[in-house]
Amino acid sequence: MANVLVIAELFEGKVRKGSLSAITFAQQAAPMVGGGYDILVAGTGAKAAAASMTGYGAESVLVADLPDYVAEVYAPVVAGAGKGYKIVCATATTFGKDLMPQVAEHLKAGMASDVVKVVQEGGPTYVRPMYAGNVLAHVKVKTPIQVVTVRQTEFEAAAPGGGASPVKDAPAAPATAAAARVKVAGFEKVVSARPELTDARVIVSGGRGLKSGENFKIIEALADLLHGAVGATRAAVDAGFAPNDLQVGQTGKIVAPQLYIAVGLSGALQHLAGMKGSKVIVAINKDPEAPIFSVADYGLVADLFQAVPALTEQIKKVL
Amino acid sequence: MKILVPLKRVADPDNANKVKISPDGKKVTSEGLEWKLNPFDEYAVEAALRITENKTNNARLGEVVVVCLGPADAKQQVTQALAMGADRGILIDAADETLDATVVVDTLEKVVAEEKPDLVLAGKQVVDGDSNQVAQMLAVRLGWPQATFAAHLSLPKELNKALVTREVDGGVAKLEVTFPAVISVDLRIVAPDAVKNGNTPDSEKYPEGPRYPSLRGIMQAKKKPLAAKKLADYGVTPAPRLEYLKFEPPPQRKAGAKVPDVETLVAKLKNEARVI
Ligand SMILES: Cc1cc2nc3c(=O)[nH]c(=O)nc-3n(C[C@H](O)[C@H](O)[C@H](O)COP(=O)(O)OP(=O)(O)OC[C@H]3O[C@@H](n4cnc5c(N)ncnc54)[C@H](O)[C@@H]3O)c2cc1C
Ligand SMILES: Nc1ncnc2c1ncn2[C@@H]1O[C@H](COP(=O)(O)O)[C@@H](O)[C@H]1O
Repeated sequence: MANVLVIAELFEGKVRKGSLSAITFAQQAAPMVGGGYDILVAGTGAKAAAASMTGYGAESVLVADLPDYVAEVYAPVVAGAGKGYKIVCATATTFGKDLMPQVAEHLKAGMASDVVKVVQEGGPTYVRPMYAGNVLAHVKVKTPIQVVTVRQTEFEAAAPGGGASPVKDAPAAPATAAAARVKVAGFEKVVSARPELTDARVIVSGGRGLKSGENFKIIEALADLLHGAVGATRAAVDAGFAPNDLQVGQTGKIVAPQLYIAVGLSGALQHLAGMKGSKVIVAINKDPEAPIFSVADYGLVADLFQAVPALTEQIKKVL
Repeated sequence: MKILVPLKRVADPDNANKVKISPDGKKVTSEGLEWKLNPFDEYAVEAALRITENKTNNARLGEVVVVCLGPADAKQQVTQALAMGADRGILIDAADETLDATVVVDTLEKVVAEEKPDLVLAGKQVVDGDSNQVAQMLAVRLGWPQATFAAHLSLPKELNKALVTREVDGGVAKLEVTFPAVISVDLRIVAPDAVKNGNTPDSEKYPEGPRYPSLRGIMQAKKKPLAAKKLADYGVTPAPRLEYLKFEPPPQRKAGAKVPDVETLVAKLKNEARVI
C-alpha cells in the first residue's frame, strides 16, 4: 500500500531532474509510515512523460495532463490525488514552493518546508534549516496528512532500478474559482549552454568584486574550462553583472557541487546559506578578513583580475 | 484601493549566525541581537507604497494597512512601516514561538474579512523560519488568485489588477491576476523600476531599495492609528499544525588553509582534493 505520494515536476514535457530527489526522500520516508510510494506526474505532456517514471520503484505512476502551470489549477488536482496518502512531497524548486503550501491548505495539512533529512522517531521527524541555515529544527507534522518539500542538494537523485510501475490516471479535480482571475501571460526561458546550477559538478561564482558584467567573462572562462556553471551573489545580480537566475544563496539557488570557487565575493551569511554544503570550497578575495575564508578549504588572498586568469591557465596545463 | 501588508519582526538577519540555542535544545534565542522588520516585508511595504502613490505629485491613490502578529514590542517594526508611509497599523499580540503558518493564516483570514483589502501584499518568506507558506495558504483560504515571488509589478491606472513578473527556475514567468489577490514579493521588487502603477509615468525611477523613514515620516507615524488586538478578538485559538521538538546547530565547516599562490592551489585541487 503506497503511503507517500511524490509530485514530479515537468519542464518542457520532461520530468525535472530535481524531482528525483523527492523520490529518494520518499524511499526513506515510506517505511516510516508503513508502505511504499506512488509518483504523480502533473503537467503539460504528463501522459508522454509518465513512461520515464515507471522504473523508479513506485507502486503506481499517476498521470494528470494539465494546461500551463497555475497553482489554482494544479493544487486541487494534487490535493485530490493526495487525499489517501500519509505524506505528499515534492522538491523545493520554485514550482514546489509555489504549489505545495496550497496543496497543504486544501488538505488541511501541516507542511515542513525545505527538509534536509528525515528520521524515524515514532513516525517521521523532519530536519529543516532555519535562520539562513544557522539552526537545524526537528519538526513533527501533526495532521493526518503531512506535506513536505525537500532540498534537492540533500537527497541524491534517485537512480532508476528497473521494474515497471503501472500507469493510471489521477482523479480529475475542478480548478478553484480563483482560476478565472489568473492568466498566464508568458514565460521567458533562460537559455544557457552551461549546466544548471543545481546539477553542476563545478560552480564558479562571482560577486561585486568583479566590478562589471563584462568582467564576468573571466569567471565564465574558468567555469567553461571545468564544464561548470556560473553563479553570482545578490549584489552582483542587483548591479546587473549577472542574470538573476544565477543567484546563489538563502533566496537564490541552494547548491552543493563538488567544487565551488568563490571569486570577489565577501561571503555574507545569506550567500553562505546557499553554498555551505559544497564539497570543496575555494575562495579568491583580496581581503584576508573576508568571511568567505571561514568556510573555504583553500583560500587565496589575491587580486582576482590577476589570480583568476592565472588559475585558468594553470588548470589548462594540468588537465 | 486598499492594500494589506502582513509583516513580522525577526532577529537581525545580518547576524543570524549569532542566534543561540538553549542548552536543552528547546528554544532559539537571539539575545543581544536587534529586532528588525523581516526584509521581504519591508520590501512589501515599499512596493505597496509605490503602488498607491503618484510619484510626480506625491498624491496618494490608496490606503496601505500593515498587520503584524507578534509580541507588544513589535510595535517598533509596525511603527517603522508607518514612518515609511503606511497609513494604519494593527498589532495582534502573539508569542513568536506559538506562530506557525496556520496560526498566521487563521488570523489574517479574519483581518481580511474585516478590512476587505483589494490586495494582500506579503513577503515571500520570513527569514527566521524560512518557511515560505503564508501567502500561498492564505490565497487558498480566501479563494483569491496568487502570484508568488514577484520581482516586477505593473498595474493599470485603475489599480484593479496586476501583471506580475516572477523569477522561477529556468526563466521568468508572467501572470496577470485580477484583484482581490494575494501577491508575495521577492528581492528585486525594490529595484528602481520594479513597480509601475499606471499613474506615475513609466519613466520615473525610484532609488534602489526600500525607503528610509524621513524625519517627518517618523513624527507623523506617532499620530497614525495603531490598533492593539488579541488573537481572541478574531476568535483565533492557536492550533499549530507543526510541533518543533528541538533545535541544533548545523555541522560546522572547518576553515581550511590559505594557499600562497595559484600553482599551489591547482596542485592541491588536483592531488589533495582530487576535484579537477
Ligand atoms: C533578505 C536578504 C536576502 C539575501 N539573499 C541573498 C542571496 O540569496 N544570495 C546572496 O549572495 N546574497 C543575498 N543577500 C545579500 C547579502 O547580504 C550580501 O549583500 C551579498 O551577498 C554581498 O555580495 P558580494 O559578496 O558580491 O558583495 P560584497 O559584500 O561587497 O563583497 C565584495 C567582495 O569582493 C572583494 N573584492 C573586491 N575587489 C576585488 C578584487 N579585485 N580581487 C579580489 N577580491 C575583490 C572584496 O574584498 C569583498 O570581499 C540577501 C540579503 C537580504 C537582506
Ligand atoms: N507573524 C506574522 N505576522 C504578520 N505577517 C506574517 C507573520 N508571519 C509571516 N507573515 C507574512 O507571511 C509572509 C511569509 O512568511 P512565511 O510563510 O512564514 O515564510 C511574510 O513575509 C509576511 O508577509
